[in-house]
Amino acid sequence: MLRELPSQTAGPYVHIGLLPAVAGIPFEPERDWGTMVGPGVRGERIRIEGTVFDGVGAPVKDAVLELWQPDAAGRFPGHDPGADPAFKGFGRVAADLSTGLFAFETVKPGRVPYPDGRWQAPHATLLIFARGINIHLHTRIYFEDEAAANAEDPVLALIEQPERRRTLLARRELRDGRVVYRFDVKIQGPEETVFFDV
Amino acid sequence: MMDNAPRAFRPRDRAWHPPAHFPDYKTSVYRSPRLPLVSLTATRSELTGPIFGHSTIRATDNDLLVNGRVDGDPIGPRMILFGRVLDEEGRPVPNVLIEIWQANAAGRYRHVNDSYLAPLDPNFWGVGRTLSEPDGSYRFRTIRPGPYPWRNRVNDWRPAHIHISLWGAALCQRLITQIYFEGDPLLPLCPIYNSIPDPAARERLVARLDMGESLPHDTLAWRFDIVLRGPRQTFFENRPEGA
Repeated sequence: MLRELPSQTAGPYVHIGLLPAVAGIPFEPERDWGTMVGPGVRGERIRIEGTVFDGVGAPVKDAVLELWQPDAAGRFPGHDPGADPAFKGFGRVAADLSTGLFAFETVKPGRVPYPDGRWQAPHATLLIFARGINIHLHTRIYFEDEAAANAEDPVLALIEQPERRRTLLARRELRDGRVVYRFDVKIQGPEETVFFDV
Repeated sequence: MMDNAPRAFRPRDRAWHPPAHFPDYKTSVYRSPRLPLVSLTATRSELTGPIFGHSTIRATDNDLLVNGRVDGDPIGPRMILFGRVLDEEGRPVPNVLIEIWQANAAGRYRHVNDSYLAPLDPNFWGVGRTLSEPDGSYRFRTIRPGPYPWRNRVNDWRPAHIHISLWGAALCQRLITQIYFEGDPLLPLCPIYNSIPDPAARERLVARLDMGESLPHDTLAWRFDIVLRGPRQTFFENRPEGA
């Protein structure tokens, strides 16, 4: 049996490889990795935005984040028949180099089953890469206005302290008539975000 | 459209990977979780992942000698980086999105945040991308990157390295790591390389000179084989991943 390669930090210049335009390189000027929706996308269009904070509360301005989620009906593009062709499922963005704010343009995800057949609450998976992060951080974004679904979610139930489940809830707000979910990540501290080992 | 996603993966051996908190790499101290990770049996959210087709890739994307060219060849030792992508069962993994980035031959990155005094190369971007072939093979042409100093301890230098990002078939195979070069005297001094606890694991990140693939009077070749997490055999039909 072989073993997978060990991880190493993505480093401070991760943008060159994953989002060249952010580094100032015109490798693929036409590409927008942060907009996961196309014309006619089905479901509720949302923006997910937030900031990753380090252990002293400073924004992680050099992070790159990846999002993977099903479409509004709970189908994964490329995997499930009938998945919305106007939805990519995958997004990749950089934190703003001067403020640390990140944002994805996506849809509210549908529910997908847990292996035992129960339903999971709507969620998106978020991966975080940055200098100082030796192996990427893996978390989930749930939605605070899905209280009933969240209460029966088998993954949230794995978190021993109910108080910590709150760290995975994105807060809904309306801004100029658009739905924005705020999701901040705290790598350490009293509000440390729940990270998963899968 | 068929769902080819595997149904289960071997657990990730966290002791094989660097710990999140590794004080010799100072930034990791405040960018590492303090609480235990919550262990999760993979669901469809982790067993699926984005599918990158050939439309993602253009012809010169894996040729760093050419893709950033303005008015001449980039400066530095020309090199071929090649190898195969396998899973933990030794099966080739096709259609893996492989993205690389690196400093130029002088150790300088083309990045708004790199202020090292070494010169930029006007003909070199240091970014490349490819998909693994049906037999798992991949290939890049580039120049050998230079070492460079970094702000950690007073006199820390990174050994020459190429960053590599891998997207296999499933989110739980996601991996970013770094490729080093056989014989580099800076390797034993590097806290990032040494953040990997097991010397056998560290060795896996070292590319080997391969004279058989080297082109006489043209380019030296370095072999680097990639292994991604494997599906758990008992739950997985006997066919190559992605087939």
